[in-house]
Amino acid sequence: MLRNRFGRLAAAVVAGGMLMGAAACGGSEEPTTSAKPGAGASSAAPQEKGPKVGLAYDIGGRGDQSFNDAAAAGLDKAKTELSLADTKELEAGSGETEAAKEERLRLLAQGGYNPVIAIGFAYSASLKKVAAEFPEVKFAIVDDAAATGPNISNLLFAEHEGSYLVGAAAALKSKKEHIGFVGGVQVPLIQKFQAGFYAGAKKIKPDIQIDVKYLTQPPDFTGFNDPAKGKTAAQGMFDAGADVVYHAAGGSGGGVFEAAKAAKGLAIGVDSDQAKTAAADVQGVVMTSMIKKVDVAVFDFLKSFTSNSVKAGNTVYDLKAGGVDYSTTGGQIDDIKTQLDELKQKIISGEISVPDKTA
Amino acid sequence: MSGGTARSPEAGSTFMDRLTGRVRLGGLLALAAPVLAIVFAGLITAVVLLVTGAPPVETLGVMVDYGVQPRPLTLALNLASGYYLSALAVAIGFRMNLFNIGVDGQYRLAALIAAAVGGAITLPAPLHVAAILLVAVLVGAGWASIAAVLKVRRGVSEVISTIMLNAIATALGSWLLNKDRFAVEVAGSNNIGTQPLGPSAQVPGIPLIPGTPLKVDGLIILAAVMGLLYYVVLNRTRFGFDLRATGRSEPAAVASGVNVKRMVLITMIMSGAVAGLAGMPNLLGESYSYSLNFPPGLGFTGIAIALLGRNNPVGIAFGALLWAFLDTSSNILQIHDISPEIVEIMKGAIVLSVIVAYELVHRYQIAAGQRRVSRELSGGPTVQAEGASA
Repeated sequence: MLRNRFGRLAAAVVAGGMLMGAAACGGSEEPTTSAKPGAGASSAAPQEKGPKVGLAYDIGGRGDQSFNDAAAAGLDKAKTELSLADTKELEAGSGETEAAKEERLRLLAQGGYNPVIAIGFAYSASLKKVAAEFPEVKFAIVDDAAATGPNISNLLFAEHEGSYLVGAAAALKSKKEHIGFVGGVQVPLIQKFQAGFYAGAKKIKPDIQIDVKYLTQPPDFTGFNDPAKGKTAAQGMFDAGADVVYHAAGGSGGGVFEAAKAAKGLAIGVDSDQAKTAAADVQGVVMTSMIKKVDVAVFDFLKSFTSNSVKAGNTVYDLKAGGVDYSTTGGQIDDIKTQLDELKQKIISGEISVPDKTA
Repeated sequence: MSGGTARSPEAGSTFMDRLTGRVRLGGLLALAAPVLAIVFAGLITAVVLLVTGAPPVETLGVMVDYGVQPRPLTLALNLASGYYLSALAVAIGFRMNLFNIGVDGQYRLAALIAAAVGGAITLPAPLHVAAILLVAVLVGAGWASIAAVLKVRRGVSEVISTIMLNAIATALGSWLLNKDRFAVEVAGSNNIGTQPLGPSAQVPGIPLIPGTPLKVDGLIILAAVMGLLYYVVLNRTRFGFDLRATGRSEPAAVASGVNVKRMVLITMIMSGAVAGLAGMPNLLGESYSYSLNFPPGLGFTGIAIALLGRNNPVGIAFGALLWAFLDTSSNILQIHDISPEIVEIMKGAIVLSVIVAYELVHRYQIAAGQRRVSRELSGGPTVQAEGASA
């Protein structure tokens, strides 16, 4: 009985939706009401409780155990330490157009969210456009320097510098003179990791053999979230004689760790300290991780917003600024730490310049 | 006799015939099927929403409220034009029992090469656009022709070959989208794409919907024209008749003098040519460049929409609009703290509901027809109007 009535109700609503579609098809004759969600009203409302923060993730969103989660961690820290009035997190859908990204940012800006942070280079063009429409709102974008404007802060990372250090670590730890790199998706950003890793390893052992494998090619971005593919790729490298494998493959990294464990090899984590964040049974194979502190960047930006000192333009999180680094959890690289720190100092002083592009 | 001819195509039809809309429903039943589908889909969605803790009526209210505003409406129309072209490409194959699963690879490769060519040349505006469209059509058709030739010459199932060609198109596309080949780098960006198209290749938008500075992609007209063409070619030409006949029954088509191999070749190439256009509304109307952000997956969306629209050009248009409406509502759902995945569940529910509802109604029609015939046979002279006796 209840189910029956409920079904009718739901059906009526869906039917309404379809009719609306039909109306759209026939051209709109009725005057369109401009009921934009909280246009001027909420943004003009006094912000006695601190800022309303809007966050736009790339595909995967919060819970990807990687890049997006790092940003989420920064937001969570800001929530507890800074008095934020409200936060809103939106994520991208797979296969969406540029227009959908713009709309996401616009909805946030229009809904009174200020600042708005876009996570990932995919937002570059859309952020530039929307930022121009909302000059009073502060925007930040991670991993992109191409979107510029007076109200855009670009949060950039020197992934190649951190990768250089773990590349050196891999070469120092490899007994078979053979290491591997597993990239998630073959895009310029991940090639930066590869370039640094390659240079660091060759610096220590110029003759070392380095296997490189990308899990997928664009537009297939599943390589960032497919542990099975990561496992197969790493297994192949271990079988071919590699004994240390570095992954820059987001959620696929879990598979790389499993392969390392099965082959009694070592793995190098990425983005966060994966000797802590990986599944408990494989944490032992993570000898070090290339840490990319997206959380710090997000938190710093929010902090500067609350203290009214937002800087437009590039903020580079490199080795010098502590934005990238290698981790020492587990003590597996304690014996080579002095050598790594020496290299680190040379990069910071500018004595070593790390390439950010693959040859 | 009239009762007999009306009944025979229905009773002799296969599930595939009914699924792809080759068998028509009569009278009120034609209306009953979509209504039943809506009821099913609404029910499933409502249950899922309840289980996830979101109020169903409010959720749909949020979607509709947002969806009818000028800006989201424009966004939906823009999305729908690409969906429509992709679904048409799929439908062309469907009408002949050809499953072109490779629309995805065809449109991506076509868009990439068309974008690269368009960025490299400069021509007066209409010629520039025409040249890009031509390249897209040729590439889409060319890529599909591989599967067509394989089928005609070697008997390779087009389902298998087109799926494999999708993977090859991805690899080829990523090889081409490199700064040594088709792509240019933008300073400071981690994105990579083809040289942006010059102003002469940018198709101006149409201010179709008042109340927003956003414009509807000019190539929505192309989508409409292709829809009309699809209808005319399939229903009003000798070629269309042959195509449909081959789809219905290959032996019968052969017996009536249709060269089936030739039909397979031409149909597959036509399907690929239309697939090549699927990326054009986005490329020439919005993005002006094929980059890492170019929307993937249009080809698979097209399969769902073609099924939804039952290969009918008007039905496909409704399907494309519905899909685009659902897609655009993903953002507003998140603003209201409702998981955007609900949109994907709705899409799945709708496709399943449409298939199930139509099949149920068809079966009802068959059963009703059989009952009528047996009644006529037993009742004999009492049913004068039907004239059942041969």
